[in-house]
Amino acid sequence: MAVTANPDSPLLEIEDLRMQYRTEQGPVNAVDGVNLEIRRNEALVVLGESGCGKSSLAKVLLRTLPRNAGRPTGQVRLDGRDVLALSEERFRREVRWVRIALVMQAAMNALNPVVRVGEQVAEPLRIHRGWSRRAAMARAAEAFEEVGIATDFLQRYPHELSGGMRQRAVLAMALVTDPDLVILDEPTSALDVLTQASIMNVLKRIKRDRGTSFVLITHDVATSSELADRVALMYAGQVVEEASAEAFFTAPGHPYSQMLMASVPRLRQEEPPVPIPGRPPSLQDPPTGCRFAERCPRRFERCAEDPAVFHPDARHRVRCWLHEAGGTG
Amino acid sequence: MNTRDRSEPLLVAEDLQTHFELRQWGFIRTGTVRAVDGVRFTLDAGEAAAVVGESGCGKSSLARTLLGLNRPTGGAVRFEGQSLADLKGADLKAYRARVGYVQQDPYGALPPFMDIRRALEEPLVVHGIGPRAERERRIDAALEEVGLTPVAQVRGKFPHQLSGGQQQRVVIARALLLRPKLIIADEPVSMLDASVRVEILDLLHRVQREHDIALLYITHDLSTVRHYAGRVMVMYAGRIVEQAPVDALLDAPQHPYTEALLSALADPDPANARQMREIPGGEAPSLVSPPPGCRFHPRCPQAMAGVCETRDPPDFRPAPYHRAACWLREPE
Ligand SMILES: Nc1ncnc2c1ncn2[C@@H]1O[C@H](COP(=O)(O)OP(=O)(O)OP(=O)(O)O)[C@@H](O)[C@H]1O
Ligand SMILES: Nc1ncnc2c1ncn2[C@@H]1O[C@H](COP(=O)(O)OP(=O)(O)OP(=O)(O)O)[C@@H](O)[C@H]1O
Ligand code: SF4
Ligand SMILES: [Mg+2]
Ligand SMILES: [Mg+2]
Repeated sequence: MAVTANPDSPLLEIEDLRMQYRTEQGPVNAVDGVNLEIRRNEALVVLGESGCGKSSLAKVLLRTLPRNAGRPTGQVRLDGRDVLALSEERFRREVRWVRIALVMQAAMNALNPVVRVGEQVAEPLRIHRGWSRRAAMARAAEAFEEVGIATDFLQRYPHELSGGMRQRAVLAMALVTDPDLVILDEPTSALDVLTQASIMNVLKRIKRDRGTSFVLITHDVATSSELADRVALMYAGQVVEEASAEAFFTAPGHPYSQMLMASVPRLRQEEPPVPIPGRPPSLQDPPTGCRFAERCPRRFERCAEDPAVFHPDARHRVRCWLHEAGGTG
Repeated sequence: MNTRDRSEPLLVAEDLQTHFELRQWGFIRTGTVRAVDGVRFTLDAGEAAAVVGESGCGKSSLARTLLGLNRPTGGAVRFEGQSLADLKGADLKAYRARVGYVQQDPYGALPPFMDIRRALEEPLVVHGIGPRAERERRIDAALEEVGLTPVAQVRGKFPHQLSGGQQQRVVIARALLLRPKLIIADEPVSMLDASVRVEILDLLHRVQREHDIALLYITHDLSTVRHYAGRVMVMYAGRIVEQAPVDALLDAPQHPYTEALLSALADPDPANARQMREIPGGEAPSLVSPPPGCRFHPRCPQAMAGVCETRDPPDFRPAPYHRAACWLREPE
């Protein structure tokens, strides 16, 4: 769906987004005041430790939340229009798959075992666009080529495909409707390095040729740098730093980002990686003040208070008191 | 056995083969999976070596064969000079006690219905360690060693009450209980969150050093070998195609498959997003009907027509302690 808009205006803006899960032990604040912006043809990587809320964020955006999820609050604006407020019917007709597609975490293992993969890849077109079977299959074949699978695989069943092939197939499924934004939740974490690298190549090519925007969710810093224009690091339900890939990978501002970068095992570096001591706090009962304070080697008195978001640069946001009054972190 | 000659390797794989018969309806043979197909290496006492390779190349099958859990269909495993095939009954049990195993799936490694104390006591009972007070002492020491403190609290927990990283610590504690000479750790961190991986690798590295245990660290992620293994073996389609000290392997790889792995791997760098990675196409070959000649030849950018697709390359030695099974390394 071609929308004429200023190419520099954000495609998707997320403002103060919040969502809780209801549990017997009380609410879990999985998404807790997230602000993000994704521009056209931009890839935003969402990094963060297990349990920090990455998948929950994706599910809020696509409205694929489980039943015990509370109603999200805040705003999600697509081309300036709040889609969080849309009725389910309109959201399904105008947004999900049509403008934004999601490759869920472990989607490659969730393919229907008794339906040929070609049919499954064509399905979004038939359901969401009302295409005929023939047209949808023809488009599915194109998508297969785009992601690097021979088209005779359209006729195969999921178990006849290797893990890498299945991952490509779910990627093709996300691409068939030609969405403006594709959200990928850990698309390569179960694959080995050569397959991982070749799937990242596919994503790079699609981004270049189609101008698609991406949100890539991962906990793997090295993989994230294969696609990232921008990086958002989440911690305990919040975004603690959002920066250009350049800034994030070379001079991150938040102590957590700095420690994360130091903890990455590197092939071409003499210094051993340094683990980050401690564990993230509970999302049921998050600490007051800075949520990272307990693990932070640089905390000071100010950190007992919830840190404000500072802007060391244009489009660079850091949630840490060290950046108050133009500090450099 | 303290008088053993230190120069004799602890573990030797001699042309090791583990083939699995594929059968339909239980009896019709439909093919053979050559999961381990002529593996040769040695491991010294106290040495840490990594086995690196793609998914499905036979790493776990190799591990299980070395542990005596798969019966080799050819070749031999020698431990302290003795062939595993000759070990029976009590001797085989003793062997199992000397080799700790950290299996690939940490979530399946601990019985869900046993608390940690019982899960750790079981191998001690099986191997006749007693009395109970001695077992308790060992359990507490092992938990302490892997950093699961306060021990008194951890003992009563069930696996589901622990994080993935903590469960893996329990598995490592269990591998240490019987004071092994060798630990085989099969993808000990691949299922864990990236932030916990380094902690677990550091832990393995520390116990390996402190107790002078040999470690065979199996992984698909070459970027984690540098600080945790002195030597690396690269496995492809059931074979070790290159082995070398870690620096030599990373700085001057001699096998095109190793080169491919290295070019697929990036350290985090904003420039990565602006370039395509040069990697060979295709997928890992079938282990039922592996390609003739060099198994990598269909994907190899440097394959030599008339040689690589017909003749199986032996191990060449391009440098001291460096072996590569590739015709490019054939001496003139
Ligand atoms: N249906 C649910 N009910 C209750 N709590 C949930 C539910 N789904 C997730 N959570 C909790 O919400 C938090 C965020 O989970 P989420 O799956 O979004 O994390 P994640 O960053 O995607 O983690 P991972 O890297 O492990 O995929 C976690 O503490 C998780 O336990
Ligand atoms: N008991 C078995 N019977 C038949 N085939 C088997 C058996 N065990 C393993 N295989 C096959 O042997 C091959 C090698 O498997 P293996 O698990 O050793 O690979 P791997 O390198 O450990 O893979 P991964 O990285 O995915 O763990 C696979 O094709 C597998 O399906
Ligand atoms: S606000 Fe304080 S505790 Fe939090 S990251 Fe910054 S310095 Fe550390
Ligand atoms: Mg997730
Ligand atoms: Mg395995």
